Amino acid sequence: MVAELLQFLVSGLTVGAVYALVALGFTLIYNASDVVNFAQGEFVMLGGMVTVFATAAGVPLPLAAFLAVLATVAVGLLLHRLAIEPARGASAVTLIIITIGASIFLRGVAQVAFDKRFHQLPGFSGSDPIPLLGAAILPQSFWVLGGAVLIFLGLWLFLERTLAGKAVRATAANRLAARLVGVDTAKVLALSFGVSAGIGAAAGVLVTPITLTSYDVGTLLALKGFAAAMLGGMGSPLGAVVGGLMVGLLEALGAGYVSSAYKDAVAFLVIVAVLFALPQGLFGRSGVERV
Amino acid sequence: MLEVQALESAYGRIRALKGVSLHVRSGEIVALVGGNGAGKTTLLRCLSGVRPAGAGRVLFEGADITRWTPHRRVAAGIAQSPEGRQVFSPLSVEDNLRLGAWRRGRAETACGIEKVFAMFPVLAEKRALPAGGLSGGQQQMLAIGRALMSRPRLLLLDEPSTGLAPLLVDRIMETVAALRRDAGVTVLLVEQNAVAALSIADRGYVIETGRIGQFGTGAELLHDPAVRKAYLGL
Ligand SMILES: Nc1ncnc2c1ncn2[C@@H]1O[C@H](COP(=O)(O)OP(=O)(O)OP(=O)(O)O)[C@@H](O)[C@H]1O
Ligand SMILES: [Mg+2]
Repeated sequence: MVAELLQFLVSGLTVGAVYALVALGFTLIYNASDVVNFAQGEFVMLGGMVTVFATAAGVPLPLAAFLAVLATVAVGLLLHRLAIEPARGASAVTLIIITIGASIFLRGVAQVAFDKRFHQLPGFSGSDPIPLLGAAILPQSFWVLGGAVLIFLGLWLFLERTLAGKAVRATAANRLAARLVGVDTAKVLALSFGVSAGIGAAAGVLVTPITLTSYDVGTLLALKGFAAAMLGGMGSPLGAVVGGLMVGLLEALGAGYVSSAYKDAVAFLVIVAVLFALPQGLFGRSGVERV
Repeated sequence: MLEVQALESAYGRIRALKGVSLHVRSGEIVALVGGNGAGKTTLLRCLSGVRPAGAGRVLFEGADITRWTPHRRVAAGIAQSPEGRQVFSPLSVEDNLRLGAWRRGRAETACGIEKVFAMFPVLAEKRALPAGGLSGGQQQMLAIGRALMSRPRLLLLDEPSTGLAPLLVDRIMETVAALRRDAGVTVLLVEQNAVAALSIADRGYVIETGRIGQFGTGAELLHDPAVRKAYLGL
């Protein structure tokens, strides 16, 4: 009983941490531009796929992972430079449609550049489950959770403790005032794309040993990350983390105690429930404050 | 110092500025008064570069800055305290000020913060609190302080007296006068409160639906019968 619950909780937290990282990517870009970047899932896919193909070509895993994150950051910056920046001044809806186009494009390129099969990476510390109170925990789960904690911490320190991070928060709080004090908000948006891509790629590298990857894993991950960001309250980094963990836990508990057939429906249910009952999300800005 | 030549700007089909020309000399306080929707805020946003100019030119210290980015204008010495204060609500009072000096050195920033606190001691008491929790008057002080942090030579103030009690309005106007006197800051002061603005201004312009109407010294405009009737309610 307890062992079973623990098993579900750990797997829920593990996928939840990945959703939280995806949601964090949504949050950063949304805060800098009101744009929901639907290519966020493709960043995760690229992180996993580039690592898989680089290791297959003989590159040692740590270097392959580093290259994958670097390459994805470059893709994120290019996406901003070539697709978002030229459309500056367009409405948020137009920009969102551009990101959907970019997501389809990236998937198409990945399908051609890599292939259409599923791929796996070996667990970073092997794949022998670690027994814990009767449950069996994959060592990779600790890598995912530890990696996610490090990323959250790094991002938190950047946003709260550095002047550049405060400029990013100021841009989120009031874009006009940020421009008036001389913050280059276009650069903040470029930075957000780069950082979101890097975070997404790191999530992809960490989780691929558990979940497999292929050219099209991004779609579902984006949906789940989006559900997490909505639940936490679009625009709140803390909300993204809490929302991600909650969606992951709901999914794992639902799959464990109800039926795994409906696992992917959880994210849809969360989106619908939030829209009806909690439009601002758990940590969202209140309507009054936004005026 | 600042010269605006036949400036135009539109929101879609609404022409908010229809060829505005005015100038501000170094060391002056110039008031720009006018009713609701006259185009005052639009003009200041064009001057800071956060709204594009449709036609016309803006010269600052001889350079044509019409197409400059906002951050380049801040670096050149133009700062604005915007209409409605627009403080960074979730950030602390001190961080709001620090961001005003975005791109300046640490020592200079610290020194600037102390100066603002000396000018508005109430902000020092609340330095660690989120700016969104301040009262309207305190937010106004913060917005002005934040603009001063970049050590501007030209300060653009958009309706600093809105929503403030008369005593506070006097306080803000005294501060503006002192800034020019003690720090040599040139000020373009936009106000609906024409009496308060014209009383401390060397010169003033009246703007009506996107065009400059009367202009003259502060005293002249204060005593002009047409201006008194239209804007002073006298
Ligand atoms: N974002 C906007 N979209 C469309 N029209 C706008 C916008 N902002 C201002 N306008 C219009 O432009 C004109 C000038 O507005 P502006 O805000 O510059 O006036 P103002 O003199 O600052 O008025 P107030 O004293 O009320 O602040 C008005 O007709 C206004 O309706
Ligand atoms: Mg205005």
